Amino acid sequence: MKNIKVLGSGCKNCETTANLIKIAAEQAGVAIELEKVTDIAEIMRFGVMSTPGVVVDGKVVHAGGLPGPDMVRQWVGE
Amino acid sequence: MFESLANLVVYRGLAFDPESHFGAALHFFVMDVTKIFVMLILIIYIMGLCRAFLSPERVREYVRNRPDWQARGMAVTLGAVTPFCYCSSVPLFIGFVEAGIPLGVTFSFLIASPMINEVAAVILVGILGWKLALLYILAGLIVAWFGGIVMQRFKPERWVEEYVWKIQMGQVAAPEQDGSLKGRHCYAASEVKEIVGRIWKWVVVGIGIGALFHGFVPESWVSEHLASGRWYDVPTAVLVGIPLYSNATGIIPVAEAMLTKGVAIGTTLALMMSVAALSLPEMLILRKVIKWQALALFASVLGIAFILVGWVFNLIT
Repeated sequence: MKNIKVLGSGCKNCETTANLIKIAAEQAGVAIELEKVTDIAEIMRFGVMSTPGVVVDGKVVHAGGLPGPDMVRQWVGE
Repeated sequence: MFESLANLVVYRGLAFDPESHFGAALHFFVMDVTKIFVMLILIIYIMGLCRAFLSPERVREYVRNRPDWQARGMAVTLGAVTPFCYCSSVPLFIGFVEAGIPLGVTFSFLIASPMINEVAAVILVGILGWKLALLYILAGLIVAWFGGIVMQRFKPERWVEEYVWKIQMGQVAAPEQDGSLKGRHCYAASEVKEIVGRIWKWVVVGIGIGALFHGFVPESWVSEHLASGRWYDVPTAVLVGIPLYSNATGIIPVAEAMLTKGVAIGTTLALMMSVAALSLPEMLILRKVIKWQALALFASVLGIAFILVGWVFNLIT
């Protein structure tokens, strides 16, 4: 099962990003493990300075701003 | 073009009297809403197409390990051209500290970034003309440059929260970017959606206030309170600006209305800078990484700088 983390200290864009991923996974019928990382020290450990960041299976795939729908589908899809 | 559109809608279509308060205010509102939003979308899209994908992660890599003046020069320039949402200021601050970038340089970046950005710059040119736009940008760069230096003098390191020093940052992982034309178009379109979605409220409120000011505030009131020509006009403008928070773009229509009513340029510039760069929500977010003393110092340095800028411009214009 894919592990997807949304990095962000709880701003609105981070919430929206997490929701986008959840919805995309449901639509694709893929079970994922979605985690929200809000601890700043942990976020920095991923080397991300602009939130929201997205980590798929330990790899940073996105940082800063809302992700586009194509990107989100790709994350949950593959 | 936008003026004739507003004429058509407000005076011809809705048959408002151009001499009435409400007619004048509505005309201003319609004209500025159409003008600013068309410009916003165009500029953000074009910038999105050309942008070399500047991110804070990259800025950090450029700035680290450079002599002070170079680092500061880059921090100020990059702060001016990098759009960043102030909710990112905490990770950004920690990232800079972790990279060993001096705090004074980080503060220069934090001052320049909200005050100057390419969107505000182009809209300034469109609404207030290139001379004022240039003055605003120059003044902003100078304040960011010297503001950071002054902050450094006070040794702000002692006011950084303990845990910040302990954070170890991972290898900076910049996600891959799609550089093809289609990729750039998608990026630019999403930028438009994201930025306009974030700032449209400030812009509409700004235009609304500008319109009310334009239509209802009599010139005699303005010349008595904001354009008395006395020394305290500028400090008043800065103080008024602190509790008001808006995006740099949102304050432009207010400035436009003030200038047409005869408020001096320096006073207007001081208010614009104070509204854009000195904001309570941003300060409170920074409180997570620095103590109250540093925040107070940050606010005072900026406040004094804006007052000086206002006075200088009032003197020379």
